[in-house]
Parts: sequence; C-alpha cells; structure tokens
Amino acid sequence: MSVTEMTETPLLTVEHLTMRFGGLVANNDVSFVARTGEITALIGPNGAGKTTLFNCVTGFYTPTVGRLSLRHPDGREFLLERMPGYRIAQSGVARTFQNIRLFGGMSVLENLIVAQHNKLMDASGFAIAGLFGLPTYAKAEKAALELAKYWLERVRLTEFADWEAGNLPYGAQRRLEIARAMCTEPVLLCLDEPAAGLNPRESGELAEILTFIRDARNPNGHRTGVLLIEHDMSVVMRISDHVVVLDYGRKISDGDPTSVKNDPAVIRAYLGEDEDAELPPEVAGDLPASVVHPAPKEI
Amino acid sequence: MTMPSHTAPTPAPAAVPARPAVDWPGSLKDAATAAFVALLLTVPLVGLRTVDRPTGLSIEARPDEVIASIVLVFLGRLGLGLIRQGLALPVLVLALAAAAVGLALPMPTQVLRLVLVAGGGIIALRAAITLTTGRSKLSQAERDRRMDRVAAKVQHATKYIAPVAIAFAVALPLTPLADRQLLDIGILLLTYIMLGWGLNIVVGLAGLLDLGYVAFYAVGAYSYALLAHYFGLSFWVCLPLAGVLAACSGVLLGFPVLRLRGDYFAIVTLGFGEIIRIILVNWYQFTGGPNGISGIPRPSFFGIADFTRTPPEGMAAFHELFGLEFSPLHRIVFMYYLILALALVVNVFTLRVRKLPLGRAWEALREDEIASASLGINRTNMKLAAFAIAAMFGGFAGSFFATRQGFISPESFTFIESAIILAIVVLGGMGSQIGVVVATLLVIGLPEAFRELADYRMLAFGMGMVVIMLWRPRGLLAHRDPTILLHGGKTPRVNAGAAR
Repeated sequence: MSVTEMTETPLLTVEHLTMRFGGLVANNDVSFVARTGEITALIGPNGAGKTTLFNCVTGFYTPTVGRLSLRHPDGREFLLERMPGYRIAQSGVARTFQNIRLFGGMSVLENLIVAQHNKLMDASGFAIAGLFGLPTYAKAEKAALELAKYWLERVRLTEFADWEAGNLPYGAQRRLEIARAMCTEPVLLCLDEPAAGLNPRESGELAEILTFIRDARNPNGHRTGVLLIEHDMSVVMRISDHVVVLDYGRKISDGDPTSVKNDPAVIRAYLGEDEDAELPPEVAGDLPASVVHPAPKEI
Repeated sequence: MTMPSHTAPTPAPAAVPARPAVDWPGSLKDAATAAFVALLLTVPLVGLRTVDRPTGLSIEARPDEVIASIVLVFLGRLGLGLIRQGLALPVLVLALAAAAVGLALPMPTQVLRLVLVAGGGIIALRAAITLTTGRSKLSQAERDRRMDRVAAKVQHATKYIAPVAIAFAVALPLTPLADRQLLDIGILLLTYIMLGWGLNIVVGLAGLLDLGYVAFYAVGAYSYALLAHYFGLSFWVCLPLAGVLAACSGVLLGFPVLRLRGDYFAIVTLGFGEIIRIILVNWYQFTGGPNGISGIPRPSFFGIADFTRTPPEGMAAFHELFGLEFSPLHRIVFMYYLILALALVVNVFTLRVRKLPLGRAWEALREDEIASASLGINRTNMKLAAFAIAAMFGGFAGSFFATRQGFISPESFTFIESAIILAIVVLGGMGSQIGVVVATLLVIGLPEAFRELADYRMLAFGMGMVVIMLWRPRGLLAHRDPTILLHGGKTPRVNAGAAR
C-alpha cells in the first residue's frame, strides 16, 4: 500500500478483501483505505472487480475473506463484513447504482423523504404516533423536508420536485440518486459510475457536486468521504484525491492521480502489454492467463 | 353488409389521408379464416355435450350452437376488418343493432345473448373510436395516457365524491328505500370493500402479490366463532382478539415467506390460504369440520342492549332502550353501520399511513427493493408490518362475517374468495382507494344485480379481466398522486413528464 497522506484517520479500511464466486476470484487480497474529506476513485478495466468490491462494501455481497471497517469521525466503529445491507446503510454508508435505481413511480421529493426513512420512522414511533398526528412527527417531517429541499437546491432539481422520478431526464436522474444518497446523511458516499452516460457538461456539473460533497460539512460538523468507481478518466483525474487501480481482481496501483497515471503497471493494464517488455515480478503475476486460472498464492 | 361505400364518413381527413377502396376479397378471406378457427374450437368445446341418460353418459351434438357461433365470429371479424377500411359508421350501426337484438329478442341460449351483446358492444366501441379519432386503433401509449387522465381526474375528484358517497352510505338505511335485500347487498358490498382496502395495503402499497388473503379472513371468522363457542366471549371482546390473532398468523406466515419474491411469494401465499382451509375442514373435533359452526352469537348494541324482542337476563332490549317499535331490521341496520365504520377505519388508516414513513417505505419497496435496502430500510420488518396490518383488517372483516352469518364453514373461505378480492384490487387499480370501491361495485354489485345470469357470471368476469389486462393493465383508476408536494397545487408539473 502506497504511503501517501496520513492526515486523517481512515474512514473506510479494506483489508485483504477476497471475493470468490465458485472458482472465479473477483477480488483477490485487496487492501486500501478511504478517508474523510477525500474523493477516493476506484478504477480499472472492465471486469476488474470494481463493482464486486463495491457491493462488498455496501453489503450486497458478503466477502469470502477480509475485513471492512468503517470508523465514524466521532470514533464509532463498524465491521461492515458482518452486517446485512440495510444495517450498513444505517451505519452511514450510502450508495448509488450503476443502472440508476430510483423509485420511479414516486415523486422526486418523495424519493428524498424515503431516504430519511429511519430517522422519520423513529420520530413517528413506528407509525403509531404518526397515525394520531402527534407533533413530534410533524416536526421531524418538517426537518426532513428542509434537508430534502437543501439537496434539491444543491443538485438543481427544485423545480422538478413534484415530478415522477421516472420521468426525469437521464442526467437529472443521476443527480437525484446522489441527492437521495446524501439525504441519508452518510459518512461515506459510494458512487458506482456516476458519470456513465453523461455528456461533458453534465459530468462537469457532477464533478462540482462531488467536490461540494467532499468539502462541505454536515450539521454535526463532519465531512463526507466519497468512494467512486469511474470509467471517465477526465473526471477521475480532475476530482479525485486518491486513486486505487484494480486489474483482474487485484490492486495494481494506489496513490494520488499523477503518480497512478504514470505507473507502468497501470499503463500496461489500460493499454495492453508489450510482449518483450521486462515486467517487474509483482506485476508479472497479474497477467490475464494467471487470473483465468487463479494464482496459487491465495490466502 | 353491402353498404354503399359513399356513406362512409371521413371525420378526420387529416388523420386518414385517402380512404382506400374496400378490399372485399381480403376482408372476407380474413373473416373466413377466423370462422374456421372458431369452428375448430367450437366443435369440441360447444358442439359436443355429455348428457346423463338412464343408460349412462352419452354425447349429444349441438350443431345449432356451433353454426351460430361461427356465423357470429365471421360477422364480427368482418366488421372489425371493415372498420379499418373506412366503413366505421355502418359497422357501428349494425353492431349496435346486433347488441340491441341480443338484448331485446328472445334467444335460444343465454350464451348467444351474451356473445351478441358483448361482441356487438365491443365492435361498436371500436367503430366509435375510429369515428372520433380517425384511426382504427389507439396506440397502447395513447390509450394509456387517456385512461390516465381520466383516472387522475377521478382521483382528484375523490375529495368531493368521498364525502357525498359516505353521506349517501350513512343515510341509506334511514331512507324508506332500505329493505332487507338492499341492506344485505349493502353489507356484502361493504365487506368486500373493506377486504379490498385491506388487501390493497399488501398488494397496492407494498407490492406483495398475496393470493391467500382469505386465510386471514378465515382466521378472523373462526377466532370469533370458536371463542364464542368455547368461552362464550361476546363479539365486542372478540373483534380485537380476532384482529390480533389474524395479525399473528400474518406474521407467522410472513417470517419464512417474505424472503421470496414475486411469483414464488404469490405461490406460497396461495398455499397458505389452502392450508388454513384444509385445517378447518379436517380438524373436525375443534372446528366442526365441513359442517362448520352454527349458532354464532349476534352482536349486541355495544354490550348495552340486545336486538331481540325479548333480550336475555341483564340486557336491555334495543327497541325499548330507544323507544322504538320492534323490528328485525334494527339489527341489520346496526350491522350495516358496523361494517361501514370498519371499512372506513381501514380507509382512513391507508390514507394516513401513505403519508407516513411506514407507507412511503412500502411504496419504495414496491418500486425497488434493492434501492430501499441501500437507504437503510429494513425490508423484512416493513413487509411484515404490511402483512400483519392487512391480516388484522382481514381478521376484523372475518369476525364481522361470522357474526353476520351466524354460521360459518370452510366453504366460505375457498381460493375463489381470495381471487375475487385480488381481482377487486387489481381491477380498481393497485393502490387506488376509490378504485377498490368502483371495482367492488362492478365485481360484486353487477352480478348481484344480474342474478338471473348466474351461470355466466364467472364467464363474464373472466372476460372482463382479460379485457382490463389488455386495455388497462395497471387497473381502471390506477393513478398515483405524490404524498407530499413542494410546489403546492401546481400538479401539471407532475403530469407534464408523461408527455415527454
């Protein structure tokens, strides 16, 4: 693991993560950290295991081997690999999806209110206080509405608030999904290819939103860490503070954007091999052939 | 059929560029093909009939019916073909005439009448659509949009319709119109409306296809019947107990089942419904088996007064308490108000819960389970809550049913009941409260009104469902308004997207 900035304690620590699907090793011994106030980008060619890793972090898969720990800025720590998906979300990890998953039949505003479900559920006393219209719930709903309005403003969807989410244009749906994730007030925001299908202007806007999320402090004074998978290199290089490169399930590079960009292993992974090139031994193990038949040195 | 073609109107010349000449050979060939298919189908299905003779079963041929149906199919197909070729007006007139003939003149069989009326009606409708739009068919999207607009209008008008409807329902027993039969039908309708609203929580809001809802209805009914039978508990004690027991059975079923999705879930609920019924049939020492339980006590007036002429010890008589003349109708009226109140409780609950995080989470689960989990929504708990609450309302309705009938047996809780309740919900438009009322009037009210067609009710019912599924798969009044608005009443914004 490359030693770059150790300014803050890590928010998310991934240690020796291995994920196997039968004989297929999707992630092989991956370790890295993501920090608060940073955008950590996870890149790699198609099939490198980025989304699998993502699904492990957000609880959609349970990793075969490895440890995932989330440390809140206030010191609370969660071991994500032992928790079901919705608990991970409750512990402060929000995510978006590669294929947008909005509540299409519900309005934009409702999407953002649903995101605050747990907070509101408590306030409504599992719907009982809410049914009788007690003031605690009304107050909580008002606060939820304020938060929703704040994020609507941020992603510039205020005028679309009462639209059916499914009727929004594609770019707006992407932004809404980010806003919805942010309405859960997460400490770590995971974005799965947020720029996919966006035109250059829209991905510019997206970069703006992401840097805002990275730098802004939420009401309890903490910043949000961002973990993102992205194919659009211009976006990655522009906004990320820390880049992790995966290839065939292994981490091949880790560091700030410039150092990663010039890493020969990364260049090779993206541009292909030169047959005669001298390979450093630790990279030689990552050749395609070695992965189709998984390498013997597994943990 | 040989109308001069110059009488055919060209109502929207812009949409119909140049009316093509009528392709008679083609149309006739097409109609003949349809008639041939009809022949193949009707010979075994309609043409042969088993008759019970003293010598045993024998087969009787029914050539008249076969010929009639083939001729009808031929004419109908020809009519549909001609609509498309610009002869909409004559076809409209002829189809209406056929429908009228079917209604007015005596027919050899009721089926023929039904086919004439329904077929003529459908063809006339098609022709009328062609006349008004200039096209033979509306595209699926356009039809959907039009129906959506109607649904939205009805939904918005509910604000005004609902108080009127409730006032009407409240006033009905007080009018001189109210006789025993009308009140009984009213009670029946309200029972189904209540069940529909209850099932709507699971199917419409939470999006879980429950094919065994009648099981909870049965649990409620038997809870009351058995508690009254063995412990002599009164209806007012048993009503909440029945609800609780039904909710418990909902949770019991829900725990293992809610991991399943879609079709698998539906199949298991179907099985559960049957299991309950079969237990009721077979555990005869406890439940009376197929003989059922009779002599279920009638409800008292909130435990204060009884509706009999000579009430038991320690109980006042209702008519004496209120200084009325004794009438057996009093109890029926009371029952009517009771089920009205219960149904309205379910309705108010649903309307309120939609605006609460619980209801919103249900709708979110219906839209996308994965996304819901990613927002920290505990899927199992939310679904269990939906299941338990719907089961509870089913239980209330069940114990009402038991006390109204005074007799229950497993016969009342067959799968067809579940199917009817589900049909009401789906037909009305999943999630639509007013839709359930409209669909109940259609599904329960119409067959009640046309009792003499009894044998063909289910046929018509099935046909109706097929037509709805073809034309309006989301249900008659499926339209969803957001539960919270940022820009107040500026609803056009909401619908503007549909035009995109």
